[in-house]
Amino acid sequence: MKPARFVRLPAVSRLGIRPGRVPRPSSWTSLVLWGLAALVAAALLLPLAYLVMRAAGAGEAAWQSLFRPRTLDIVGRTLGLALAVTGLSALIAVPLAWLTVRTDLPLRRVWAVLTPLPLVIPSYVGAYLMASALGPRGLVQQLLEAPFGVTRLPEIYGFPGALITLTLLSYPYMLLSVRAALLKIDPALEEASRSLGHDAWTTFRRVVLPLLRPAIGSGGLLVALYALRDFGAVALMRYDTFTRVIYVQYRSFDRSQAALLALVLVALTVIFLALEAREHGRARYHQSGAGAARPPTLARLGIWRWPAFAFCAGVVFFSLGLPAGVLAYWLIRGLQAGEAVPGLGPAAWNSVLASGLAAAATVGAALPVAILAVRRPGPLTRRLERLTYSAFALPGIVIALALVFFGVNHARWLYQTLPMLVLAYGILFIPQAVGALRAALLQIHPNLEEAARTLGRRPVEVFLKVTLPLLRPGLVAGASLVFLTAMKELPATLILAPIGFKSLATEVWSAVSEAFFARAAAPALLIVLMSSLPMTFFILREQRADDRVDA
Amino acid sequence: MRISRRLAGFLCAALALAACAPAATPTPQIIRETVEVPVEVTRIAEVPVERPADPGSLVVYSGRSESLVGPVISQFTEATGIQVDVRYGSTSEIAATLLEEGASSPADVFFAQDPGGLGAVADAGLFALLPEDILARVPAEYRSPDGLWVGISARARVVVYNTDALSPDDLPADIWDFTDSQWAGRLGWAPTNGSFHAMVTAMRVAWGDERTRAWLEGIQANNPVVFEGNAPIVEAVGAGEIEVGFVNHYYLYRFLKEQGEGFKARNYFLPGGGPGSLVMVAGAGRLANGPNAANAHRFLEFMLSTVAQQYFAGQTYEYPLVAGVNTPAGLPPLSDLNRLDIDMTALADLRGTTQLLGEVGVLP
Repeated sequence: MKPARFVRLPAVSRLGIRPGRVPRPSSWTSLVLWGLAALVAAALLLPLAYLVMRAAGAGEAAWQSLFRPRTLDIVGRTLGLALAVTGLSALIAVPLAWLTVRTDLPLRRVWAVLTPLPLVIPSYVGAYLMASALGPRGLVQQLLEAPFGVTRLPEIYGFPGALITLTLLSYPYMLLSVRAALLKIDPALEEASRSLGHDAWTTFRRVVLPLLRPAIGSGGLLVALYALRDFGAVALMRYDTFTRVIYVQYRSFDRSQAALLALVLVALTVIFLALEAREHGRARYHQSGAGAARPPTLARLGIWRWPAFAFCAGVVFFSLGLPAGVLAYWLIRGLQAGEAVPGLGPAAWNSVLASGLAAAATVGAALPVAILAVRRPGPLTRRLERLTYSAFALPGIVIALALVFFGVNHARWLYQTLPMLVLAYGILFIPQAVGALRAALLQIHPNLEEAARTLGRRPVEVFLKVTLPLLRPGLVAGASLVFLTAMKELPATLILAPIGFKSLATEVWSAVSEAFFARAAAPALLIVLMSSLPMTFFILREQRADDRVDA
Repeated sequence: MRISRRLAGFLCAALALAACAPAATPTPQIIRETVEVPVEVTRIAEVPVERPADPGSLVVYSGRSESLVGPVISQFTEATGIQVDVRYGSTSEIAATLLEEGASSPADVFFAQDPGGLGAVADAGLFALLPEDILARVPAEYRSPDGLWVGISARARVVVYNTDALSPDDLPADIWDFTDSQWAGRLGWAPTNGSFHAMVTAMRVAWGDERTRAWLEGIQANNPVVFEGNAPIVEAVGAGEIEVGFVNHYYLYRFLKEQGEGFKARNYFLPGGGPGSLVMVAGAGRLANGPNAANAHRFLEFMLSTVAQQYFAGQTYEYPLVAGVNTPAGLPPLSDLNRLDIDMTALADLRGTTQLLGEVGVLP
């Protein structure tokens, strides 16, 4: 996608239409955009309003225990884990992105498709598999016992286990955004650097890396918030983070205290948002001049080909191969032991239906937010965009209970219906869609829309005929991310779905909670396979664009 | 240059944080599969089969998992024709949902895994008084004294021990004695588990907060291995990774059924009659504002019928609570246990328990 190719501003000038005469966006368009955005903001404010209301009921004891040293300690641990996961993700994702986009790595396209896929593995499943594979006496140890006499592997529980598990499950967020950015960098910039006498490494450091900063920032934000929110991995890896404290409070039915703690989590989110804002600032990424980017030349890895190959293979083995392998092993062992695999048709259909609706609705809701954020930058739109992240770091149970309260008291007709569940998914996952659309919009030069306006098109026509088609990659990316995170969502699904509604995630939970692993394997594998499809489609699409550049 | 240095600084900071984080608790764990026990339905026409033309429906919120209670709920539908819609979840999350829903809840029945969840809902005034004939089926100590909920099955707290390392003679009579330093490094527990919380609550009732705190600190000093639930503890004891663990009684029988008598773990029912000998219930109550009161009563009656009670004894290895139903084979009868004499509603005060566990540093 090279919008710049079509921008011929001088030609437009020759027609006698000066840019200054571009009609301003009509107030009607603004009204529609702001109206839709206000609706989205209202939905996003529901959980926050609920938390403030519940926290207001907190007694003195709750406030006191909020300010005990132990709380501070846990805040520190949680922040430390989130930062460490983000840092380690960057160390994995940036090289992976570069290797799969810009080098002659063997099997480059295979790695390009496989490396983002770990995102489809639910964290409670991933952590369980990690523990059962890498635990002191897990599957890996059993494999090593006969040939090497290894009777016990080192402990992975606690910080290292949580760090490794969360990184392997969430680095794809950063990989996807860095890949997308790399694919769009004009190689002329690098060539200029090389022609000025810089070697490849200096060029990467001084030209490419700075251009990747916003992508590292926005991907890193999702990684950090994922680490803040996660419950499954930290619970199974026995590392106390803030989410665990919140769950403990719900277990003792102290809703006010839980709400207070959840608000602290929102405050932590604000910190990460501020960190990220420093990275992306006022950057613009559409090409400013006329002319098309030429295809980049692939860097020759030389003797580094095979170490790079081993790196990719290692990451894919631990993040994807190992979990999928353990699931397949459980399933086969269960089948051999005569265990019947229950029919999963209805659950699979429910999962696809709910996640598909969530993907469509969420992308639809994210569109006005992203357009306003990119095309009408200002303090209000910036706040609106940040607001979409407010729920992303909250555990699902918090959003679920907020919507229970809202549904029962103010929207009875909506309560425990499929649209209610879709609303919950939307509130939880909208930042992923906003991020994808925002990145896509930033690549579309506003001149294109303005040109269409000067040629007499109405704003709606411009949107449908110019903006939307150019936005398609962003729409696909946002929708597939929301789809796969909704597929694996559990707490909100259990509480808010229509009664009797079974999804693949609830089937996995039902089996795992009673330690019936063989029975959990089939639905878990289905989640992985079914969410891999849109993901693969999306990556192949991106790759095709890349291939066209190669040709 | 400036930029890359900043980025490098960020990464270093991240790794430094990683390095200075506290070391992991030493915790061996292997995860093996537990084969599901096939459900054999003993069909006794004991439940009165009088079916009205339209038997109606029922909404059950279940904190017990579908793999445990799904089959017996289907039996209820088969026997009565009543269409049952079930929302499954963990007991605490379902209870939290009920508290949020308040009087507007669509639920008729709350079927909970532990007395804590029942107590929270009862305290919120959401349960209706149950009819005397339902309450009377269960001994008084296994139901709410106010008649708001009734126990459906009972589970005992036990000490599970490795048979290679120990014999019952090596084990103390009271759970207090595990604070002795001879148990250092040999114990396992699951501090986030609901049943464990119930036991600590029982300690606070029986011993008082100070002695309970001393027990928790004593166990902490013995470096217990921390697990996420009961099943992994039994597993680790069977594998010899730890020698004893504090669990509920029924997990062991699932392992024995799957792995045979060679599984190297057995239950020790503490004879001292202290909090370690707690017997608690899984139970159910009727939501006062549920629209199907009559069907809710029929559901509770069915769960306390011989058929359902035999199901719990035979398939989940829990203690039946109704007279005339046999204890699962291999278990000491409930009447032989020197159980802690405690009011089940006293187990509902979880807030004080989590507070104490937090102060001692057992919970975050």
